[in-house]
Formats: sequence, structure tokens, C-alpha cells
Amino acid sequence: MRNKIKNMSDTSLLLSITIVVFFLMYIGAMVFQGKGFLKPQTFFNILNANAALILMSCGLTIVMIIGSIDISVGGVAALVSMCCAVYLDYKGGNVFVSMLIALAIGVAYGVIQGYLIAYLDIQPFIVSLAGMFFARGMTTIVHTNPFNVENQSFVALKETRIIVPGMGSVNKLGKYVNAYVEIGVIVALLAVLVLFFVLRYTKFGRALYAVGGNKTSALMLGINVKKTKFMAHLLCGILAGIGGYVYFLHVGSGAASHASGAEMNAIASSIIGGTMLTGGVGNIIGTLFGVLSLATIQSIVSSAGMDQAWWTGITIAAMLCLFLVIQSVVIARKTKSLKKQ
Amino acid sequence: MEKAVLKMRGIDKVFPGVRALQGVDFTLCEGEIHALMGENGAGKSTLIKVLTGVYAKDAGEIFLGDKPVTIKSPQDAQNMGISTVYQEITLCPNLSVAENMFIGRTNGVIQNWKKMNEDAGKILNELAIPAKPAQQLASCSIAVQQMVAIARAVDMDCKVLILDEPTSSLDEQEVAKLFKLMRDLKAKGVGIIFVTHFLDQVYEVCDKITVLRDGQLVGQYEIKDLPRVQLVSKMLGKELDDMSDIKSEGGSYDRKEGETPVFESKNLSSTEAIYPFDFYINKGEVNGFTGLLGSGRSECVRAIFGADRNLSGEKFRNGKSVKISKPIDAMKKGIAYLPEDRKVDGIVGDLSVRENIILAYQVLKGAFHPFSKAEAYKFADEYIKLLDIKTASADTPIKSLSGGNQQKVILARWLLTHPDYLILDEPTRGIDVGTKVDIQKLVLKLASEGMAVTFISSETDEMLRTCSRLIVMRDRHVVGELTGDDLNQNKIMSTIAGGDSNGK
Amino acid sequence: MANNNKSGSGFFGKLIHNQIFIPLAALLLLVLFNLVFDPSFFKITLGQNAAGNPVLSGYLVTILDYGSELAILAIGMTLVTAASGGQDISVGATIAICGSALLRVLCGRNSRPDELQAPIIVAFLVACIVGMLCGAFNGMLVSIFKIQPMVATLILFTAGRSIAAWINNNELPIVGDPTFAYFGSFFPGIPIPAPVFIAAFCLIIIFVVLKFTTLGLYTQAVGINPSSSRLNGLNPQFIKFVSFVILGLCVAVAALIKVSRLSTINYSVIAKDIEMDAILAVALGGNPLGGGKFNMWASIIGAYVIQFLTTTLYKFKVSSDALSAYKAVVVILLVVFSAPTVREWIGAKFKKITAKKGVA
Repeated sequence: MRNKIKNMSDTSLLLSITIVVFFLMYIGAMVFQGKGFLKPQTFFNILNANAALILMSCGLTIVMIIGSIDISVGGVAALVSMCCAVYLDYKGGNVFVSMLIALAIGVAYGVIQGYLIAYLDIQPFIVSLAGMFFARGMTTIVHTNPFNVENQSFVALKETRIIVPGMGSVNKLGKYVNAYVEIGVIVALLAVLVLFFVLRYTKFGRALYAVGGNKTSALMLGINVKKTKFMAHLLCGILAGIGGYVYFLHVGSGAASHASGAEMNAIASSIIGGTMLTGGVGNIIGTLFGVLSLATIQSIVSSAGMDQAWWTGITIAAMLCLFLVIQSVVIARKTKSLKKQ
Repeated sequence: MEKAVLKMRGIDKVFPGVRALQGVDFTLCEGEIHALMGENGAGKSTLIKVLTGVYAKDAGEIFLGDKPVTIKSPQDAQNMGISTVYQEITLCPNLSVAENMFIGRTNGVIQNWKKMNEDAGKILNELAIPAKPAQQLASCSIAVQQMVAIARAVDMDCKVLILDEPTSSLDEQEVAKLFKLMRDLKAKGVGIIFVTHFLDQVYEVCDKITVLRDGQLVGQYEIKDLPRVQLVSKMLGKELDDMSDIKSEGGSYDRKEGETPVFESKNLSSTEAIYPFDFYINKGEVNGFTGLLGSGRSECVRAIFGADRNLSGEKFRNGKSVKISKPIDAMKKGIAYLPEDRKVDGIVGDLSVRENIILAYQVLKGAFHPFSKAEAYKFADEYIKLLDIKTASADTPIKSLSGGNQQKVILARWLLTHPDYLILDEPTRGIDVGTKVDIQKLVLKLASEGMAVTFISSETDEMLRTCSRLIVMRDRHVVGELTGDDLNQNKIMSTIAGGDSNGK
Repeated sequence: MANNNKSGSGFFGKLIHNQIFIPLAALLLLVLFNLVFDPSFFKITLGQNAAGNPVLSGYLVTILDYGSELAILAIGMTLVTAASGGQDISVGATIAICGSALLRVLCGRNSRPDELQAPIIVAFLVACIVGMLCGAFNGMLVSIFKIQPMVATLILFTAGRSIAAWINNNELPIVGDPTFAYFGSFFPGIPIPAPVFIAAFCLIIIFVVLKFTTLGLYTQAVGINPSSSRLNGLNPQFIKFVSFVILGLCVAVAALIKVSRLSTINYSVIAKDIEMDAILAVALGGNPLGGGKFNMWASIIGAYVIQFLTTTLYKFKVSSDALSAYKAVVVILLVVFSAPTVREWIGAKFKKITAKKGVA
């Protein structure tokens, strides 16, 4: 058993920890809090509310795998929401074009930040910090006050519910209600699948890990390190764009304060999902579970009557701290046992 | 005439302040194992990095077969059939063994894990490397990792295989495995460049030897025409005949019987894999560690100073047992250490000459007793004058000084702490002749004033001029101690070379 | 790279190499801008406040007043940057924590007391301890667990404001006692804002500390070359830790001013985004964000330049939310032009131009 753990790759080891923690937590919630958590819809609501976070966290996971970081995703999401909202309501635009706008903003962010980080070698944190502030500022410049979008085709899209068969439950009035997810969830899960495949089964995906593992080695092994870094940030930008649109679709409004703190939640989710900040280790499936763990904690906290906002922040931070220390300890122990050989 | 697979002609490479390579020629034929030899700083690694596209050359031409080629990146070199195993492991620890063997080599977008693992399994089996394809590389021992790197390199359909000190982390069996592999490849017509510091290995597998010294070509020799001792003399740049003439000037030290050593250590070993050794030094004595690069001489003095974590051993100052587990302990006990790698361990690049000079003394004095500017300038000016440091002013950042002057600043830093045991690890590396002589004179002067000095240098004549006792190292073992009449080039070389001479 | 025998590039090099030049040039630019567009910016008037005390007012006074917190934070941030090569992004959140603790001590159990439940000095000391504990927490993660500073401080960044709310049970304590408000406005009878004095006091302290201890030398040595520092008997991990604790202390002082300005606290808004400004101050001061050499005075001038910029933008009716977009542009320009690759590129271009001139 011990040997088995030792031979596991860091990625799978941290992934297993995350999945175990998530299930323990969810089952614990079912047992001790009952009611809500027994209903499948509770779980789907967690998904509905966090589809955007899943997308953003996937982007973060990718850049963290190459040992970089991007804290602009929340800002990008707010900017996307606002631009699309203004376009839809004030310019009478159509929904499809608004999606293109979201994508364009994401690509622009990815290209600019990726270029500065990969080719000019500027610290990713500073670049994306500026990116975040630019996005937040731009959002208010585009439109100051928050407002709800009333464009009809958009509202129709927002209201679209996809029924999950066989998962419904009986409500208080004794009526059977179907369980549902929103469109965003489908997009997010699709992205998770695609990215899982990309990271695991494509040369590009493996190059990401190689660059994160050891930049110099990757270069010596014949990998174009700069291009890989650039592509990772581009991908993260695109995911932030899509994530922003999914967020927009969920809340149906534009506001400068949208998705505030989303970048930190995304980073926290990735870390909880077993992505190492030092790069080279991480997994998209883990990230999905990271987001779910985070969201579950939040809903446990709120349903336990500790409704006050501060508990969420404190529990997330505590979890983050715990996982960071676990990572640091796990890796330190592994290297130690190696040295003994 | 054998067919040349690789020719390098007139290769020049200049780094800021150093001409690393000057007009070096190198020829590798099909089916030969060619040793590239030279002491530290001779330019072996630079030559190899030029060949593999890590550095861009400043002049010269490279031919593969008969075609002139330009190699811009490691990827280019790989595609042209030059595969390399570097001294430091250049694999990704977070990937699996199989991935490390195949990444960056194959075309296409999709990674076929099944095929890759099968192929990797086959190669690992063939080479009897104890690793599974799906295992994470970091969970393998360093030796296995090095073997994986070798497996990757030989699996590539290469014409030229470069092995840059691949054996430093391998044990005898693994080395034997590697040699068998090298001979097989040789039989297939692959040209192999082999860099190592182990002379035994050179004589075991190589056909030809090219010797570099100070960035210049010394010559290319058939192995049978070049006996060991001559090889060492070529590497060090001293003809055998003049060597015996050099007299030791440092022999003036008379040892008094029963004297308590200024410093003594017993059974010392550190995390840097040196075999436990005993050591002592007396007041006013200059002794030295000698041996080829990588033999463990620096590691020994680092263990003494507490720079690497000690695993075993006791230390005594003037006969009293002391605990020295980190540098500050040693400093408080009056020991000073000028490190081997000036850039990494010595200078604090952006700080001024003045700050660099007072740093160690300041630390000794404590955080709440800073030197005033006036005091600091006084110290700095005193030592700038004493050691004749050429700097625009005491405020110049140390990184803008020449190597020799940087070294003098570091020396000044330690002299300022007034130690009674001074360790100098390669104080004269990469500095001009005038400064070298200055430093040697200074060492003798300090010793005559009663300081104990341990001196390490790659240049044997320098050691002979200054030291009255030499501790000889080979492969991280202390293999001999030379004093008195034994202090001559021939004796040192034969002790270092070991093997057929009477070193131990 | 710098060619010393050419007077042009020598002069150019000297200008660039003098760190304090960068923030001063930025300051000059802002002053000129305001002079051209609205000279009334520089008017200072002596008036009276509601309590009948003489007070100075005017944009310049505002800059000095509101720049105080930033200048104080810049002190700690400069040290942390120099020693650890990273930045602390939790300062805003820790200000909330310290401020909350301060109010908690002042108000006791009652959130709206008629009189102070504890002397201000006691409350302030508690805040200092809390700030230093937060700093110690960050410092421990960075030095012992070797987590990158920005990530380690992410934890308090996330939790800080929540912890602040928790300290006071999410109530909003209001201090009625007017003496407490002095620290954020004016001491009676003195027309210069009190925060200016507090900032000046901190600057004097750090001046004394830098002068009479080896903090500056050690921090720089550790930031530039930890390996060499260790061989010179320093303990790089400990020095990094200390730099975070000092920042924690600066945070506590800044919290006192911030809380005193309002005599109450808004957990989610207090000192929002101030970490960005503090980091920007360090960068604007020409200090390398990767650690190493620092110039404290350049950072502090940098802090006031940022306040100058903020005040100028406010004056031109830029809303406070949009402000960050302009600042972001400044940051990006700054880091792009200080990136080694870009500098080399500019250097090469510069050489080409001079070479061409030489030929012609």
C-alpha cells in the first residue's frame, strides 16, 4: 500500500485526496443535515450556480499546470457580462453575436496577457493583476449601473431548463418536480470533458505538464516552451470569456461587481482539486471536484444556519490553507523518501 | 580514412568577459567513442552546448557528414540526429518514465499511451532498467533517471550521441551496462562523444581523446598513444619534464610534534555524498585538497564550514569540541570560507563593493550594531588598497567588476572578519595571472603571520607553490596525503590518476 | 550594454539608473498636466471645520492626507518585495482585520458605546499585535512552507474581510468619542491633517531603523542572492519572515487611520484594492518586483504619486470604479518598459540609431 502511494504520480495522488474529501463532505452533509442534501436538485443547483466557476477554474488549472497564474478571470467575466448586456439591451443585438463578443474579449485577453508573459517574460501575477483592474475599470466605463437584460431571445435562452430524467422529487404540495440543469452546466461539463482529453491525450497537453515540471528540461527535450506558455494563457483567456458568458446567462444582468472574487475562488478550486502552484501537477477532473467541494462547503455553511457571509470566506480560506499545506507536506515527504534511496 | 560523421571547425564562443572557445576544431568519425577531456573551464560543456543548439556560436562551422548545418535549438539538433544526455538530468520529474522517453520526439497531435508504454517497456527491458513505463519519473532514483535519459537518447535514431558526464550518478553495474550499450551503438556506426572526469572509464571504452584547455584545442590523440599521466599533464597544461623541476615554496612550514591543530574534524560527511574523512590543520600551515573536478574537494571544505548539512562527524577548534552546523557557527569560531562558485555563492551582485566587503563582518557584529558609513568606507578603502582592487569607487556594484576583482572583494570580505582559519576554494579560477600571483603571495604571507589556510585549486603548480601538505581526492574519497618530497607534479598526478601507479 | 564613452548614452544610463528619478519624473508629469489644465489644483486655503478648528484644505492637502496610508504600506511592501521577491496581496484584508479588532477593543461588547471602553493606545497596541500575527502567518507560509508570497497571502486575502466581520459579530460598531476621530482628521488647533503626522512619524521610524540596524543590507542581500547570504551567516528564511511581520505592523498603523477617518468600519469596502496601489508604489519607485535592491524613499514618493494620480483623476470626474482601468494601463506600461527583453530591444535600437549617426 505504501509503495503504491509512492509510485502514484503526484497528479493522481492529489486527485484522489480531493475526490475522497468531496464525497466524505457530501455524504456527511446528507447524514447530518439531511433534507436538502438528499434532494438531487440541491446538487444540480450547486452545478447551476457554479458552471461559470468550473469554466474559469479549468482555465486557471491550465495556466497553473505550466507554473503560471492568471487572476484576471473574474474581471473578464464582469466585462463580458456588461458588454453583452449593453449590446443586447441598448443596441438591440442578437444573442449569437453577443456570444461572439464574449469570445472575442476572452481571446483578446488571452493573446495580450499570453504575449506579455510568454514572450516578454513579465511576471504573470503583475500582468493579470493589471488585467483584472483594467477589466473592472472598463466595465464601469462601458456602463455604470447594474441592470437586468430584457432581450427576449436571451431571456428565453436563460430560462431554458434541461430536464435530468429520473432525478426529480416531490415538492411540498405533493407535486412531482423534474430536476433540471441550465445550459451553462452542459457547456461547462463539455469543456471539462474536452479539456480532460486535451490534457491527457494530446501532445500539447503533455507539453503543458512538461513545461510546468521543468522549463529547462522541456526545452532540452525539444518542446517550444514559449509557444506552449502562450497557448496556455490563450486557452485560459478563452475559457474566461466563455465562463463570463455562462455567468451572464446565469445571472441575466450586467454589473461591475459581477463575479467579484471569482479569480480567487477559481484558484482555490484548482488548488483543492490537486493542482500544484509550482506547476507540472494538476487535473481537470480534480478541478471539477475542487469547485464542487468549494460550493458544497458554502451550501453546508449556509444551510447550517451560519448564514453570515463571513463563514464562507473563512471556510474557503481554511480549506485552501489546508490543501496548500497538504501539498507542501506530501511533496516534501516524497522527495525525502527519494533522497534516502 | 574513416568517414567523419561530424566536423566542427574554428568554433568561437564569447561570453561577456570570457572567451569560452577559441577556434576549436573537433572531428568525430563513424563508429567511434571519442572522449572530450579538459579541466574545469576548458570549454567542454560550451562546445557541447554549441553543438546542441543551446548556445549560438560566434564563429565557425559545423558539418554533419559533409553538409554544413546551422543548429538553432535543441529541437533542431534532435531532428538532425544529434541526441544528448546532459550531466544534470534534463527530464521532467512530473511526467511518467515513458513520456520522458518520447515527449518532443514524435509527430502528430494525439498521444497514444498504449503504444508509447509498450515501446518504452521494450526499451527498458532491453537495457534492464528497473523502472516501469507508467511510473512517475520523480519516484525513480537519480541513477535510474539518468539511465532513462540515456535510453531516450539512444532510442532516437541518432548519428551522433553526446554523453556529457552521464556516469557521475551511476554505480559500477550501471556503468557497465552503459558501456555495453555504447559498444553496441558503436558497432552500428554511431559516433559517440563521451565527456567524463573518470580516467578509468576513458581508458576502458574510448578510441580517441580530444583535449581542450582554456577554451583552446590542445590536440586529438589515439587512446593507445596517450598514457594516463600524459593525459593529465595535457589537461593541466604542464609537460611532464618541466613538472619535476618546480620546487615547492610552501614547504617552509615546520611541523611541531604534538601541536594541537587549529582545526580538526573526524569522520566528517555531508549530504553531498562524500565518504567520511578525517582532517586537521595547524597554526600557520597551508594545506590543500587536490583532485580532479567532481572528486569531492569542494564538498569536503563545505562540510567543514557547515555550508552543507553534516551527516556525521565531530569538529574541534584548538582541541575543544565545537558544534558547527551552519555557516554562522563557523564564522563565530573564526573560520572563513571563500566559496568555489563566485557567482552563485560569493558575490551579492547588485550591492556595492563596500557592502560586499563588510557583509560577513557586519553579520558577525550583529544586526543592531551597523557600521556607520564612514567606518564602512574606511574598511572598504583599506582593503581596496591592500588587495589592489580595481574599482571605480567603493560604491560601484560588484557585478560590474572583472572576475579577478570580484574575487578580491570576496577575499577582502573574509579577511575583514580576521579569521584564524581561512578556506579558499578555487580563489584563482578565471582570473588573470597577475592577480593569481598576488593571491598566492597573500596566502603565504597570511600563513607566516600564523593563519591556517586551506587552499583548493585546479592548477597543481599553484598548489605546490603554496601548500606544505596536500590531501588527494578521487571519486569522493580521500585517497592520499602528500608532504615533503612527495610534493611534486608527477607524484600528485599519479595519485590522482590511481590505477596503474602507486597512489593507493 | 551601456556605452560609457558616448556621452549621450552615458547620460541616458545615469538617468535610468537613478531610481528616484522615475517617481519624480512621474510626479513632474502630473504637476505639469495639472498646471496646464487647471492651475487652481494647487490652491490651498485655510478654513475652519465644524468644530471651529483651523484646517487647511485644497487638493495638495488631500493628496498628503489620503496618501498617508499608502505611504505607510509602501514601507512594508518594499521590504517584503525586496526580501521575498513577491508581494503581499492581503494588506487590504488585513487592514480590515486590524481595524475591526481596534474597534472591538474600543467598543467592548456594546457596538455603540457612549464612551470608550478602553484607552485608544491599548486598542492600537492590540491592532498592532493582530497585524503582526497576520504578517507572521503569511511569513510562515512563505519561509517555512516555501509557498510563493502572492499565493500564500491569497489565503488571508480571501478570509480577511470575513474574519474582520466575525471579530465584531458582523455588527458595525461606531465610535462616538470625538478624540478617536482626530487620527483620521485633525488634531485640535493644528491645521495640518493628522494622518500626515502619523505618516511622517512612520517615515522617521523607518529612517531610524534603516540607519541604526542592518535591516536594509540584510534584506537586500537575501533578496539578491540567498545562497551567498547563507554562506555569510544570514538566515534568509528568518529575514523573509521578519519583513512580513514589519509589513503587518505597517498595516496596523494604516488601519488606525482608515478606521479613524470614519469612526466606523465597512468590512467589504475598507481599504479595498489598496494592495494594488501599494504594489504599484513599489514598482513606480523603480524597485524590481523580483526582489533585491530597494530604495525606500523612491517607493514612498511612488505612493504619493499614485495618490496624486488618483486625486487628479477624481478631479476630472473619473468615477472611482473606472479609476482602476487607468491605473492598470500605467502598470502595464511600467512593467513592459522595465522587462529585460524590452530593455534589450530598446537598447539595441538605441545603439543602431547612434551607430547610424556615427556613419553619417
